[in-house]
Amino acid sequence: MINKAIYVDNNATTLVAPEAYKEMIPYLTDYYANPSSIHTFGGQLASRIDEARQKVADLLGALPTEIVFTSCGTESDNAAILGILSSNHLKRHVITTKVEHPAILNLCQHLEKTGHDVTYLSVDRSGALNLDELQKAIRPDTAIVSVMYANNETGVIFPIEKIGKIVKSRGAMFHVDAVQAVGKIPIDLSNSSIDLLSLSGHKLHAPKGIGVLYIRRGTMIRPFMIGGHQERGRRAGTENVASICALGKAAELAKQNIADENVKVRQMRDRLEKGLLESIPYTFVNGDTISRLPNTTNISFEYIEGESILLLLDQHGICASSGSACTSGSLQPSHVLRSMGVPFTAAHGSVRFSLSRYNTDAEIDKILEVMPAIIKKLRAISPYTPKK
Amino acid sequence: MWNYTDKVLDHFHNPRNYGEIENADAVGEVGSMACGDALRLTLKIDKQTEKIIDAKFQTFGCGSAIASSSAMTEMIKGMNLDEANKITNSEISKYLGGLPPEKMHCSVMGKEALEAAIANYKGIKIEKDEEEGRLVCRCFGVTEDKIQKLALENNLRNVEDITNYTKAGGGCGACLQDIQDILDAVWHNKKQKESEAAKTAIGTEAPKHEAPKKLTMVQKVKMIEETLEKVIRPSLNQDGGDIELIDIDGNKIVVKLLGMCSHCPSSSFTIKSFVETKLKEFVSPDIEVVEENEQ
Repeated sequence: MINKAIYVDNNATTLVAPEAYKEMIPYLTDYYANPSSIHTFGGQLASRIDEARQKVADLLGALPTEIVFTSCGTESDNAAILGILSSNHLKRHVITTKVEHPAILNLCQHLEKTGHDVTYLSVDRSGALNLDELQKAIRPDTAIVSVMYANNETGVIFPIEKIGKIVKSRGAMFHVDAVQAVGKIPIDLSNSSIDLLSLSGHKLHAPKGIGVLYIRRGTMIRPFMIGGHQERGRRAGTENVASICALGKAAELAKQNIADENVKVRQMRDRLEKGLLESIPYTFVNGDTISRLPNTTNISFEYIEGESILLLLDQHGICASSGSACTSGSLQPSHVLRSMGVPFTAAHGSVRFSLSRYNTDAEIDKILEVMPAIIKKLRAISPYTPKK
Repeated sequence: MWNYTDKVLDHFHNPRNYGEIENADAVGEVGSMACGDALRLTLKIDKQTEKIIDAKFQTFGCGSAIASSSAMTEMIKGMNLDEANKITNSEISKYLGGLPPEKMHCSVMGKEALEAAIANYKGIKIEKDEEEGRLVCRCFGVTEDKIQKLALENNLRNVEDITNYTKAGGGCGACLQDIQDILDAVWHNKKQKESEAAKTAIGTEAPKHEAPKKLTMVQKVKMIEETLEKVIRPSLNQDGGDIELIDIDGNKIVVKLLGMCSHCPSSSFTIKSFVETKLKEFVSPDIEVVEENEQ
């Protein structure tokens, strides 16, 4: 069942690329030394880490010294925002958006309880920000503006460089949660107004438990993890050598594949989306379909609830996710879809398909084949289905 | 992924009795799309015997909502209305081999649709007593009455349980303290009532106001046992504990705390401030209670 799974939940996590897995093995077996040690056994590992750092820097158009390895995207987000706030206690205002990942949103809600002001920018029905609202929100005491590159639920991409220009012209720091964007769309930090950028290894075919915080050279920031001198004093804790090397490999693969994937993955996504909309009535796409990640589609099936859809998809080995309340353990439907003003019913009935380069045309065919019957079955049970 | 039982999955994948009875004798509708689940129940009822001949449901909701609806219709078919009215949400859950705690509200929805349908049949203008009570959770429209009722019926002791059963507090979270206060009041009142009932049962209403009676040993033992049984034990049971009478030596009573109480850090407090106080109140003011291992 696991091997036959049709995995279209790649915004949740991804398959570890076989090449990246292979890269890890030596550091879990023979090369177990501490890279901070003076002896050759350990010292040789420091250069392996630097090679991985170079590969990540190459993917982002950054300098190797600007790359700090962390344990995950969430840690990178925390390190960015808390690190900036603690480097200047006179600036107590943070700006973010209503559709961020919980790593940012819950952190900001926590900041509000500890004496900070937070402004949450709203989005319109297509998931887009209003840049005038951003202009008005920035204050002299705004320390940092944190905006996601692309939304994990809808795939909607924010105009990061336009936002960055506004933020930098007003003297605030600019952090971008690019967890969903890195590896899926080209990013070039060499000519960018981004000060800090978070990425997560397991979203681009590296293992879980490894992340990166990009810190632009010259940025005033205090470390979040305090302890040893690793990562040039910017992130304490013995390096996760195996995962760092796997991430280096995954970054190299992403750079090689990115142009190709934007054609191949996008074609599969578009075919899936079009096919579902054509074969199933009362169905629509959530979010802007132009400024969007090539791998993501978020579709609402009206009158039915997302968890039921996922359970029936699961019967066919198809793995997707939903913005429905019931799938999350929380009782509210997706905060992203609600911020966009998607009606409750459609938010409860939303399904996200997120593809990767490991998906095949045959898998898309299979989803297109089983989905109409699944929706029909649930609509036959629902009290809201319009009578013919 | 939720940990659904095979029975839940069976009723979800192969729902029994879904659809709508035309010219139904009773209709019950609960929930809304905004809440994330809704159930419409239609019944065919034999007017003579008040027996439920047929039941059909339409449900908008997750796997366990559909399974709970299916299970409920299976349970009530063939019952008369009085029997059906006695079905509780926990019986629906039990029928399915249990639901994940976070999904108990699905069984509550089943029970509520049934109540609504029966009320509809009996021509009772659905009282909506719940809607009329004070609104506690604005996100999901849950009233104080509903919280109190479900807390007592299902022995719900903390806010998380209330959220699992009613969804109240699961949205913005602004009402969490309010729910806690309601629970405190519910269980405090219940304890008081039980204590009063026990006093009446023993027939020693407020003995502390009377001059201490000289009891024979047999009378004393009997009263101690009765007080333990009717007053003390129920209270300890609520916290998962129990008490055992080991010995009576004049006015000195030796007991042993069991269950959760046995390793509770405040067990000596329980002995002195609760067990001893109650025995003094109901039996004799001279009584002293000690724990078995203190001797």
